[in-house]
Amino acid sequence: MSPDHMIWISLALPLLAVGLIAFFGKTPDLRDGASGTIAGLLFIVTASLSIGVFSGERPELHLGEMLPGFEIAFRVEPLGMLFALVASGLWILTTAYAVGYMRGHHELHQTRFFACFAIAIFAALAAAFSANLFTLFVAYEVMTISTYPLVTHHGTEEAKRGGRIYLGILLSTSIAFFMLAIVWTWSLAGTLDFKLGGILSDAVAEDRISQTGLGVLIGLFAFGIGKAALMPFHRWLPAAMVAPTPVSALLHAVAVVKVGVFSVMKVCVYIFGLELLRETGVSLYLAYVAGFTLVVASLVAMTKDNLKARLAYSTIGQLAYITLGAMLATPNSVIGGGMHIAMHAVGKITLFFCAGAIYVAAHKKNISDMEGLGRKMPFTFAAFLIASVSIIGLPPGGGAWSKWFLAVGTVETHQYLLTAALMVSSLLNIAYLVPIPIRAFMKPKSGSPDEPVQETGGWFANLQEAPALCVVPLCVTAIGSVALFFAAEWIYQALLPITMMPS
Amino acid sequence: MIDAIYAHLPILLIVLPLVAAPCCVLVGNGRAAYLLALVVSFLTFACSIVLLGEALDHDVIRYELGNWSPPYGIEYRVDIFSGFVMAFVSGIGAIVLVYAPLSVRDEIPASKHYLFYATYLLCMTGLLGMCVTGDLFNVFVFLEISSLSSYALISLGRTRRAPLAAFQYLILGSIGATFILIGIGLLYQMTGTLNMADIAARVPHEHGPRTVLVAFAFLTVGLCVKMAVFPLHTWLPNAYTYAPSVVTCFIAATATKVSVYAFVRIIFGIITPGFAFDVLPLDTELMLFSLVGIFIASTAAIYQDNVKRLLAYSSVAQIGYMLLGISMATPTGLSGGIVHMFNHALIKGGLFMVAGCFALRLGSVQLSDWKGAGRTMPFTALAWAIGGLALIGVPLTAGFISKWLLLTSAFETGRWPIAVLMLLSSLLAVVYVWRVVETLFFSEPSEAAANATEAPLRMLVPTYVLIGATLLFGVWTPYSAGIARQAAIALLGGTP
Repeated sequence: MSPDHMIWISLALPLLAVGLIAFFGKTPDLRDGASGTIAGLLFIVTASLSIGVFSGERPELHLGEMLPGFEIAFRVEPLGMLFALVASGLWILTTAYAVGYMRGHHELHQTRFFACFAIAIFAALAAAFSANLFTLFVAYEVMTISTYPLVTHHGTEEAKRGGRIYLGILLSTSIAFFMLAIVWTWSLAGTLDFKLGGILSDAVAEDRISQTGLGVLIGLFAFGIGKAALMPFHRWLPAAMVAPTPVSALLHAVAVVKVGVFSVMKVCVYIFGLELLRETGVSLYLAYVAGFTLVVASLVAMTKDNLKARLAYSTIGQLAYITLGAMLATPNSVIGGGMHIAMHAVGKITLFFCAGAIYVAAHKKNISDMEGLGRKMPFTFAAFLIASVSIIGLPPGGGAWSKWFLAVGTVETHQYLLTAALMVSSLLNIAYLVPIPIRAFMKPKSGSPDEPVQETGGWFANLQEAPALCVVPLCVTAIGSVALFFAAEWIYQALLPITMMPS
Repeated sequence: MIDAIYAHLPILLIVLPLVAAPCCVLVGNGRAAYLLALVVSFLTFACSIVLLGEALDHDVIRYELGNWSPPYGIEYRVDIFSGFVMAFVSGIGAIVLVYAPLSVRDEIPASKHYLFYATYLLCMTGLLGMCVTGDLFNVFVFLEISSLSSYALISLGRTRRAPLAAFQYLILGSIGATFILIGIGLLYQMTGTLNMADIAARVPHEHGPRTVLVAFAFLTVGLCVKMAVFPLHTWLPNAYTYAPSVVTCFIAATATKVSVYAFVRIIFGIITPGFAFDVLPLDTELMLFSLVGIFIASTAAIYQDNVKRLLAYSSVAQIGYMLLGISMATPTGLSGGIVHMFNHALIKGGLFMVAGCFALRLGSVQLSDWKGAGRTMPFTALAWAIGGLALIGVPLTAGFISKWLLLTSAFETGRWPIAVLMLLSSLLAVVYVWRVVETLFFSEPSEAAANATEAPLRMLVPTYVLIGATLLFGVWTPYSAGIARQAAIALLGGTP
């Protein structure tokens, strides 16, 4: 099987899953089994595809022209490959987790839920493999639309309001800014293909666009890609938290938001070209917007008592790290940003899994109610602690490496203010994440302190964990976030080609 | 035999519905009239598809009526552009007829059914005739046939407001038609011919007498009334709102588009873009009125509680997009305008069909009565969501294709502010489409909605044919944008 075929298969598999899920809608066991099996197959396909891609192959697939000159085409490069691996790998765990969560919660409309989920994964893969901006844009919008029914899953007034903000911001930024930027790019470059070194250098050399124009253009991209959640277009992410937790976990910590920052990186690397960005410095102001976002988002996160809301603001902050890396446009910062896509994904999905597990087992949403819960749910809170360490950027969490490279990037470009912002934000990360598991373990259960502790049997008898289908995935991802610390060299080597100049 | 039919296809296209209409009256029975109309509409659809294929293969098909050679006799001309418009007008006419019977039974008294189908066929005759003829006076005649029959169709509406709306349309439509007639008369006076190609060859453009300018002005304003260009659109919202659902589906999808067709023919065939856009500032004016119209009509749509009126205002706005493309006068822009005629016909036809389904089941097109109907009529509501996304111009829908062409063309010609405004205006579409989506899916069901059942298959299937077509032509464009591009290149005269 050639790599070109594998692109085809990896795009077809999620769609096949949609069909099977709809077909087996009446028999939940078959439906969820099909969903899980396909997720497994998908990961095998992307993994085998990645072997070739990381050793230098660039498989391509041309589906055909939607309009003359605007083609739906796929070309796999390291950044997209990494993203596809993360998304498809975590899809397996999320499917298992979602089955446990949705059934544990007796949610309605599960068939629609799993079908839309698979469409979103399809869109994530299509975006990851896209060979040009046009394809990327189409995939981006498919993702927006397919996740709307997931966000509004409960059909309540609150869900309606959340969905309105979600769709409103994502759709309007993409139509008003992103699409405009794409058409503008096309009129400047005559092509929309992703090319190492960028496609705009000719237009700049021939003086068809001024420095200011270039700055506006990259601004249109950065804000138009609303899924990157750069302030002030970040409100959709907290709004999306009305969705069931598996959605928040995979989509609003991994697939959707990562499509955003991934698109930003692709635009910086393959449309503008790092060289051009460094020489002109037009993207630097966006690095400061990102710096502002990551500090403010961390501050807001501290004020949130609702666990999912806190995690949402934490995500906004962490996404800004990646945007920051892309906008600094040095090899180290870009590799740091790319790495953070993987590191943050694994860490944050763990945190969301934990939030969901706590909700399923103890029906608690607010952090202030979770004190002392660690003794009943030791696995969940241990996983929470480990993942927090990774998000904060402390060894042995994977996040340590990505944040290191980002910090190196800020120093290389002599933007010491941004270095400071990164450090402050890391401290804030500690402040809003670590106390949660610590208090869960250390503080006694709220209530009267005189009440005798009812210790019957061993500690094992006191466990009140969520169903195994919820707990096992979150333990796996927690271990994964540590394992990534030791895999950093490998990711570094894989991403190195995207920072090279075209030969 | 086959060859003989082949040779006479252009006239068959007109004769079939024209003869079938009085037959419907003679039959005098609603059911028989319906069957006749259905068969004839599919036959005309087949005719126009064959004609379009011929035009794509062999360039222009000429047909001399009664063997009188032009310019003395009337000449029918089918080229790619007219073939394309004919094909989608007759196609939508046929699909709407499939959809029609249940809705007609619900909204129109049984005694008038056969008259309804007869008038429907006449309206189709007029619209197809405007496309097929190469004679300017003939355009006027067919325009009047379609207009008069549409006044009659609109007045069949259930409420007493319908005749009033039809009367309003009659007054404004007649003023428009009179303007067109004056324009034609002046051109005839200057050139002594009514054949469009002949007029184009003889009319003195630059340094010509003022009469020609006046003729152009009358033609433009007259057609702008029929196209419902802002601010001459005032007849349209009432007409679309109070007409029977089926009539709205058909007229909204076809009538204004055919007027746009006639306008394009006159600008590119007779006035010539060089004169209209370079010597006269018609492009600037069109763009101005289009953009103002897009914003005002879209804003008005946001505040409507009557869904048919909402869609009507949206139609006024969408005409603006077509005119934007036309006034850019580049192959990309013009093909964007032309393909938007087609795409919008599919989208708006589909959405009005959805409105008709709800009207049948809920007995109302007020948004407040549609509350929560998505729970009891999920497929109808889903069709609205898909059609609405197409109206916004989301990728993988037909609306995206036209919007993309218009945008790229705006950038090509250096008019980036227009691109910005176009994109901002689509945000208004997001608002008015999503208001309905939220009402359908998230509100507590109204009493009518709670007791409603899913729309009957006989209506749902045609609706999904059009809605499905908006998805199909959103990913596969050789026969929409591809043909539109060929038509545009031919209109602009030769190679791109």
